[in-house]
Amino acid sequence: MNFDFSDDQQAIKRTAKDLLAARFTLDRVRELAEGRRYDETAWTELCELGWPGIFVSEDNGGQGLGIVELVILMEELGYALAPVPFLSTASAGLALELAGSDEQRERWLPGISSGELRATAGLESNGEARLVPDADAAELIVLLSRDGGRVLERSQAEVEPLETIDATRHFARVRGEGGEPLEGDTSAALDRIVTAIAAELTGVCQRTMEMAVEYARDRKQFGRPIGAYQAVAHRCAQMLLETEGARSASYYAGWTADAEPESMPQAASMAKAYASDAGWRVTASALQVHGGIGFTWEHDLHFFLKRAKADGILFGSAGSHRERVAELSGLAAEPAPA
Amino acid sequence: MDLTLSPSEEAFRDELRAWLADNHPGEDPPDDDAAFEHRRVWQKKLYDAGYAGFSWPKEYGGRGATLIEQALFGEEMARAKAPSPANVLGMVMGGPVVIAHGDDTQKERWLKPILTGDEIWCQGFSEPESGSDLASLKTRAVKSNGEWVVTGQKVWTTYAHKAKWCMLVARTDQDAQKHAGLTYFIMDMEQEEVQVRPLRQITGEAEFNELFIEEARIPDENVVGGVGNGWTVAITTLMHERAGLGASAAAGMRIALNELGELARERGVTDDPVIRQRLAQLAIEVELLRLNAWRGLTAIMKTGIPGPEGSVVKWQWGELNQSLTELAVDILGEDGALWDSPWTYRFLRSRANSIEGGTTEILKNIVAERVLGLPKLR
Repeated sequence: MNFDFSDDQQAIKRTAKDLLAARFTLDRVRELAEGRRYDETAWTELCELGWPGIFVSEDNGGQGLGIVELVILMEELGYALAPVPFLSTASAGLALELAGSDEQRERWLPGISSGELRATAGLESNGEARLVPDADAAELIVLLSRDGGRVLERSQAEVEPLETIDATRHFARVRGEGGEPLEGDTSAALDRIVTAIAAELTGVCQRTMEMAVEYARDRKQFGRPIGAYQAVAHRCAQMLLETEGARSASYYAGWTADAEPESMPQAASMAKAYASDAGWRVTASALQVHGGIGFTWEHDLHFFLKRAKADGILFGSAGSHRERVAELSGLAAEPAPA
Repeated sequence: MDLTLSPSEEAFRDELRAWLADNHPGEDPPDDDAAFEHRRVWQKKLYDAGYAGFSWPKEYGGRGATLIEQALFGEEMARAKAPSPANVLGMVMGGPVVIAHGDDTQKERWLKPILTGDEIWCQGFSEPESGSDLASLKTRAVKSNGEWVVTGQKVWTTYAHKAKWCMLVARTDQDAQKHAGLTYFIMDMEQEEVQVRPLRQITGEAEFNELFIEEARIPDENVVGGVGNGWTVAITTLMHERAGLGASAAAGMRIALNELGELARERGVTDDPVIRQRLAQLAIEVELLRLNAWRGLTAIMKTGIPGPEGSVVKWQWGELNQSLTELAVDILGEDGALWDSPWTYRFLRSRANSIEGGTTEILKNIVAERVLGLPKLR
């Protein structure tokens, strides 16, 4: 029993944190978000380090590591609020790794792992996927549902770019007929995607909690730091409770993917439900601690708040994942007696 | 990261599970005195099997259990719905303090009867005017002819009417700074100068007592850890809360959650979308309590210091048990107002969960100051 990262995993975490901190200062994040673009140089660097294929088997050009390692990277990407097309690329990779045939994996995963093939995945419902990261720039779009999936070439898809609140990433609505079916377990792929998002939300929570605590220490009103008032201090304590909860839930879900897959469906939906709520509440609470300055465009907090909200919505809201937990946990699975 | 049990941990758990299946004492009888005797017998049975004082070092009659074993022990006891042994306060607080701060004579005198349950212990910390601010306590002890004379009032004293010994913190120096003037005593409860009155709580029962102490006598050799060191000793007591507490609380909540699911099915509300959402949220929080407890345990094993997730477990548990029992009563509808309805007792009792053993407000202060490093709140 050891609910902590191994030495190798700690090293990945440290390296990721340091690299992202160097590449993505908050000034740089703002510049990219306001310019509505990604940092292509940094993205190339991350691809060279093998990030997009971290969980992809070595045979298909990946690192052959696990979902725990993906969780580590996602948490740090959230913490840094890095504007890079990582989530889209990793989602497509997960879809193909888990639900693709051998042939499909061999065809597409090497390109995804190296970053040469731009790909994404979205949650399809009623014939469309309404919020797909980076679909406009993707050559390959995977549409997923719990019942199945298909792979569309960009030319087969009708892609409508969207203006969303999250300026650190790009989204589009996707429709399209046909494509190549994915015969494997798309539900397993979705579980891993939502676990990755829960980890990103954990990083966003951690960062905004730190920002709020630092501000509460420095900012003085009525002659003392506002963090010395219980109303503010308890709000910060609540942020810690929710951040640690999101962290436990996403680490655990990541671990089940690698070591105890039968527990994964429920663990993944628990993580996504909890982290989606925590992501919104912690960032909103951090804004409240900052008072008026937190509501200005000039302050960086809103970029985190908006990423948190978008992540909360992506691949199923807290409510929809709670409904899945009700089903899977057996608590409310049986219909009520007539 | 590896959340599986090692073969030896698994063997330990299986052995304990099998032992519990054969030796479970059954539910407490309804009468208070009978229930206490039932728990005393249970304590003896645990002692004979070597499970009493499980975490204590072997030289003092314990098993020197690892933190993981302690957590598994707590989980299995909760899972089997085994009653608490009668001398839980002696085992969890009294014994560890004597082991850490007592001299050889004190260890020889007190430790074994704690484990056998022959001598029951109670705790005299809180006072009517000193709750969260424990160090402000006013009960005073004055030395006279080689013994201490104690006068004051204590409250929330579980099992005071059954106890032989009381862990008592009293003020021995009126002039010293608040924390410095305190001393930790072991007081004999069998004297006329200590009067015990039951304290009736909102559930109607009296789990706790008030102590009225009027010139009670304590021999000098019953001071633990030296005169004036009471605060440090008392803090050790509080830190000696079972390492398995979080894991066992989570296991208990898991059972309560299953019972709640049962209730929802019986009452035919499982396709109500609002109930489904609330049930699922509780399922998530019960699971998080378990995961936070295990993460906290990993942090203690690695660093010797409880991690941040450990300090929120008690807070989280209190709120969780309250929302769980609130949902049960909501599901019961009109029946939820009935005194003898299932869940009514648990619903009312849960109100204390955010007060006992550190109020939620104090726990939030601790998180804010010691984990987040925010300025002191006073």
